[in-house]
Amino acid sequence: MAMTRKQKRLAVIGGMGAVLGLAAGLVLFSLSDSIVFFYGPTEIAEKGITPGTRLRIGGLVSEGSVKRDDARNVVFKVTDGNKELTVSYKGLLPDLFREGQGVVAEGVLQPGGAFRADSVLAKHDENYMPKEVADTLKKQGHWQDGKEGAK
Amino acid sequence: MIVEIGHYALVLALAVALVQTALPLWGVVARDPALMATARPAAFASFALVIVAYAALTWAYMVSDFSVLNVASNSHSMKPLVYKISGVWANHEGSMLLWVSILVLFAALVAARASEMPLRLHAAVLGVQGSITAAFLLFVLAASNPFERLLPAPLEGRGLNPILQDPGLAIHPPLLYVGYVGFSIAFSFAVGALIHGRIDAVWARFVRPWTLLAWVFLTVGIAMGSYWAYYELGWGGWWFWDPVENASLMPWLAGTALLHSTLVMEKRDALKVWTILLSILTFSLSLLGTFLVRSGVLTSVHTFASDPARGQFILGILTFFIGGAFALFAWRGPMLKQGGLFAPISREGALVLNNLLLAALTAGVFIGTLYPLALEAWDGSKISVGAPFFDAVTIPIAVPLLLLIPFGTALAWKRGDLLGVAQRMAFAIGLSVLITVGVWAYTRGGPVAAPLGIGLGAWLILGSAAEIVARSTRGAASLGIAFRRAVGLPRSAWGAAVAHAGMGITVIGIAATAWGVENIAKVRVGDALQAGPYEVRLDRTFVRNGPDFRETVASFAVVKDGREIGRIEPGKRIFVAQTMPTSEAGLMTAGVGQVYASIGEFEDDGSVGVRLYWKPLVTLIWIGSVIMALGGLLSMADRRARVAAPVRAAATGAARA
Repeated sequence: MAMTRKQKRLAVIGGMGAVLGLAAGLVLFSLSDSIVFFYGPTEIAEKGITPGTRLRIGGLVSEGSVKRDDARNVVFKVTDGNKELTVSYKGLLPDLFREGQGVVAEGVLQPGGAFRADSVLAKHDENYMPKEVADTLKKQGHWQDGKEGAK
Repeated sequence: MIVEIGHYALVLALAVALVQTALPLWGVVARDPALMATARPAAFASFALVIVAYAALTWAYMVSDFSVLNVASNSHSMKPLVYKISGVWANHEGSMLLWVSILVLFAALVAARASEMPLRLHAAVLGVQGSITAAFLLFVLAASNPFERLLPAPLEGRGLNPILQDPGLAIHPPLLYVGYVGFSIAFSFAVGALIHGRIDAVWARFVRPWTLLAWVFLTVGIAMGSYWAYYELGWGGWWFWDPVENASLMPWLAGTALLHSTLVMEKRDALKVWTILLSILTFSLSLLGTFLVRSGVLTSVHTFASDPARGQFILGILTFFIGGAFALFAWRGPMLKQGGLFAPISREGALVLNNLLLAALTAGVFIGTLYPLALEAWDGSKISVGAPFFDAVTIPIAVPLLLLIPFGTALAWKRGDLLGVAQRMAFAIGLSVLITVGVWAYTRGGPVAAPLGIGLGAWLILGSAAEIVARSTRGAASLGIAFRRAVGLPRSAWGAAVAHAGMGITVIGIAATAWGVENIAKVRVGDALQAGPYEVRLDRTFVRNGPDFRETVASFAVVKDGREIGRIEPGKRIFVAQTMPTSEAGLMTAGVGQVYASIGEFEDDGSVGVRLYWKPLVTLIWIGSVIMALGGLLSMADRRARVAAPVRAAATGAARA
């Protein structure tokens, strides 16, 4: 393979361009396709999100709203202090799932306005509050800063 | 008193680190051997002082001295001793102290091997390392002091976050930190060389063992972290593309690229600019990881405390070092003499492609990890970028990279012969295709990705083996000669083969997850569920007491062909010090597969929700990672890394003249 200096340089630069182009294409395509937005119950009501959209939602589990119908189905309401959203989920709930505590769920908004979750997280920081949920509550004005300061 | 000694030692260490920065670097610029010679004792002194501080904090944990705020908030007197010791680094302040300890440990190791290096390079490296140490010591003392007192002292501590009380946690962070922080040496070498002004094949030879060491530890650390998340979080996954996981993956990818580019530099005196850039980049990604985890901009199981001031402080350090290094690079980079161009089809050509693909992977993970943060800062919208994004971006880049590995190792330097390589590899290629088809036929109707992935893994293993076989049998008269020649192959050749085969084993483990079986159900005592080839039956539930927790256990029998072959006991733990419950998964390893169960709430009617998995070949993911790390160790033991004395002596002489 007797390549001239110029040909070698072209081959190397061409190869680099191809790899970087491929990577950039993959990133852009995937970003437009597979990111999931996070909303609180009020935002969902106000923004008029089309049913069928994949979302992450979060808020506090409303007191007294958790109902387990049969074997593994759970229905509960999530609130941000302003609006409520009904969430249904099939599966095991995480350890930290409690009424009155913060929760984040990922799933699909149903035509009736309810939300069907395929994963429920009760991840938390030291105050047992997911960051997204804290921000949602702040936005609705239901957050006391004193609570956060206690470490 | 001991606590005060520790605190005082830490302050002294900061002073010494400042000396370690200023004097040697001044010496390098002024070409003053006396000033440069201060680097070594300063590195040893700061190491000794930081270790005293670390030992003092450990002592405070061991005797449960709750007058120390850090101990009171993160420990408990009833905690087993091993978790008191590991508790030192299971919180923000202590983990930063561990970070600094490893930083000075590496500086001391470099100082110990100083006689092998040119004085100017060695002084420049230790000077730069000293500046990193000083910055982080300042951070520890000013913004996260582990020795802060709490008066009056409480009678009992608040306890460690229960999910952190686990053997996996006890060893995962130190391993990870040795890896993370180990790359600081490559960074110091790069910046030191830019200051010192001489970058050549000898430089690459000095850097490589340190990079390998860091890489080995990071590999094992990431694998341990993955296994810990697998059995502790109870979701059965082995990688979640959690930002914190990504924070450790990015330096690993960049570090892997660095390992390979130093090879080119060492052998062909080429790719200098790129290698220097990669050294800076790899440690910058380590710093970025530290920032992401420690600043609280991310929420994750790893975020212990969120304090904006700390985040800003680390961001300041990050900006200073990354910005400074790149500015220096821009200023001094053009003086680096470029090596000649080389043929695209050659070992170095293959290594360049490897670097390109690894850099693309790093960039993909980087964008996916930071895009949500950037978007939130931009217009306030909250998004999450999860597994679908990362799978779509990383798999199409990683698969060609892996496919090309055996070809790359078989190509000759300077001018490779692709056809010859293909002939040598024909057997391995044929066998891998056969395995793929065979597995596909055997599991027909199952997911197609699994046989393809297993074929890819097999190709990595067979291709690596074929290369060793080809190199030892070429022209060999008998099997005995071939065997002797195989033993005599350079350790680095064996290291590469073992590491690549380890990657193949990991790939097989990952591919096999597609065959995993998940079964979620509600069971009562006596009920049985199916998990792959096994039947899992709930025998009884009971409560047992641990040293500092109460655990409600569901005891399952694992039955195959009517015979009980094992028992898994997932449970729910409630710790004395903290009221929140945690799940403990139950695991039984059968061959290299695992039966995995975690339980939900116990209901009033005596039933319990259970999540049951059968995961064939899953342990190969971690076994392969450990083999990869062993390959790295083998490479470190290569003659080149140990016996380069003439070169070193000559270089030293030249520098001193």
